Amino acid sequence: MSAAPPARPAPTPPATRPARPARRRPFARRAGGGQTRLALLLLLPAALVVFGVVLYPAGRALVISFYDVDSPFPGRYPFVGLRNYTEILADDRLWAAVGHTTYFTLVSTALELVLGLGLAQLLAAPIRLRWLFRAIVILPWALPTIVNGAMWRWILNAQYGVANALLTQLHLQGDYRSWLGNDPFLALNMVVVADVWKNTSLVAFFLLAGLQTIPRGLYEAARVDGAGPIRAFFRITLPLLVPNIALVLVLRTIEAFKVFDIVYVMTGGGPASGTQTITFFTYLQAFSAQRFSSGASLAYLTVVAILLLALLYLRLLRQSELMSP
Amino acid sequence: MRASLRYRVFIHLAALATSVVILAPFAWLLYSSFVGQTDLVSRPMRWLPEHVTLDRYREIFAGGGTGAGAAFRSAMVNSFLVAGGTVVISLVVGVLGGYALARLRFPLRRTTLLSFLVTYMLPPIALIIPLYLLMSRFGLLDTRTGLIVVYCSLATPFALWNMSTFFGSLPVELEEAARVDGCSRLGALVRVMLPLSKPGILATALYAFLLCWDEFLYSLIFTSTSQAKTVPVAIAEFTGRNAVDFGLIAAGGVLAALPPVVLAVVFQRYLIGGLASGAVKG
Repeated sequence: MSAAPPARPAPTPPATRPARPARRRPFARRAGGGQTRLALLLLLPAALVVFGVVLYPAGRALVISFYDVDSPFPGRYPFVGLRNYTEILADDRLWAAVGHTTYFTLVSTALELVLGLGLAQLLAAPIRLRWLFRAIVILPWALPTIVNGAMWRWILNAQYGVANALLTQLHLQGDYRSWLGNDPFLALNMVVVADVWKNTSLVAFFLLAGLQTIPRGLYEAARVDGAGPIRAFFRITLPLLVPNIALVLVLRTIEAFKVFDIVYVMTGGGPASGTQTITFFTYLQAFSAQRFSSGASLAYLTVVAILLLALLYLRLLRQSELMSP
Repeated sequence: MRASLRYRVFIHLAALATSVVILAPFAWLLYSSFVGQTDLVSRPMRWLPEHVTLDRYREIFAGGGTGAGAAFRSAMVNSFLVAGGTVVISLVVGVLGGYALARLRFPLRRTTLLSFLVTYMLPPIALIIPLYLLMSRFGLLDTRTGLIVVYCSLATPFALWNMSTFFGSLPVELEEAARVDGCSRLGALVRVMLPLSKPGILATALYAFLLCWDEFLYSLIFTSTSQAKTVPVAIAEFTGRNAVDFGLIAAGGVLAALPPVVLAVVFQRYLIGGLASGAVKG
């Protein structure tokens, strides 16, 4: 800070907390107040843009969830207290959707993390035409999710899909099969495949960023000490990547938990509702069945679940930071 | 680093295999958009097509009236306008707010940043019902303006976070020098910080653009005609309505993927750099 008192070259106060020295010259104090005012002024547009859109609907949704609103038009709707919540929590379809979402989230995030770790190593490796390889790897990430879903739906098409053609002509399967149409579990796994194919790139680039901050010297020291590449990976790379892994896990879990668009375009929730996720079920409740209150209470349960997930991760992250050297 | 021959062969093979896995679906999409319908639906599959056609692209670029082509064209225009408007607005408010978060000392600074980031965790589905009712009251349903307003609330927390991380990585001394020379804080922001922040600004703009180009749920609910429908909604409708015209869906997919893919490949350095700075801070 340029307005520090010249009399005492004290160390600058910790950044996060406003310093309150006993005696400060009015000049310095005024500068501090001015900073607060300026900060408010600078943050005001962002706050308007974000909270102006988010805050009212968030509160309104909570209110709606206690009423029985069944049309988009303003009117008088009966207050029902927690009945929407108890009804929805007793609904088997919700728990089926929770099951699908949990499976999708766990499997896709785990696969993306493992494959992403490998891919990050490859992106950092000294290969020829590395710029080209990186340009290729960035492609799936840039591909819009909806296009990705439509593409996989076409690849997996039951009658004319290339997956069927390839597997049949290579004699890996006897006849064409319906990847997305018959077996709900198979369809869910195919949605996972499409999601992993697209999002592993993002995870890999995230981890690459962390990989590049690990000093090379550590690996050389490990080699001198006789540790092979596998030991080096588990003893150096993995522990030092923990913060990056945690961050990417938080982001991917939250995204996977909210999954909607890829399901919408690939399977439409079917077959036999076997790929309905929580968001998809909420969407159907609110906009197909016009049960807005039921949808709102579901949405709030989702918010609570996501916040709990985020808190859990943050705690894990802090613990692992304490444990890592 | 001297690497053994075996290691070098291994990583090259692995990179090649990865590239094939990534490129094969793209290749199939591109292939499907050019070959004739009879080749697409032949069984067993003919790997060398008998007909190659540009008809789908012609239909999309020049098809008139109420056809799928015209709908797709207007969706492209809508997506560009909505994404462009969102990028500009979220960038401006993100630069201002990000500077405050990075450089100014004020009470509850961390809480402020966190409260912006928490909005990212709110699933859109939680907000969409009241937003829908609200937008219908203000006449914003099925308008591009309405979509821009909503998308700005998605893109701005990212922009704030990115810009504040980037500003934080610039040396304070430069700005102090400018202020000693008589610049105001805002003057220093505009004259010293912004010119140095081009990589951060570019990365932020790219993220915001990709976010808007990709967004589906809000657009699906809030738009209903070609006035405001965006590309993802158009593609989803293609796959629903023209379920048998695979070539047309593929051509639409190729065109919808083109802008983000080109941007990502051309500016990959900035995108990856943006990830790096965000990840290190996280």
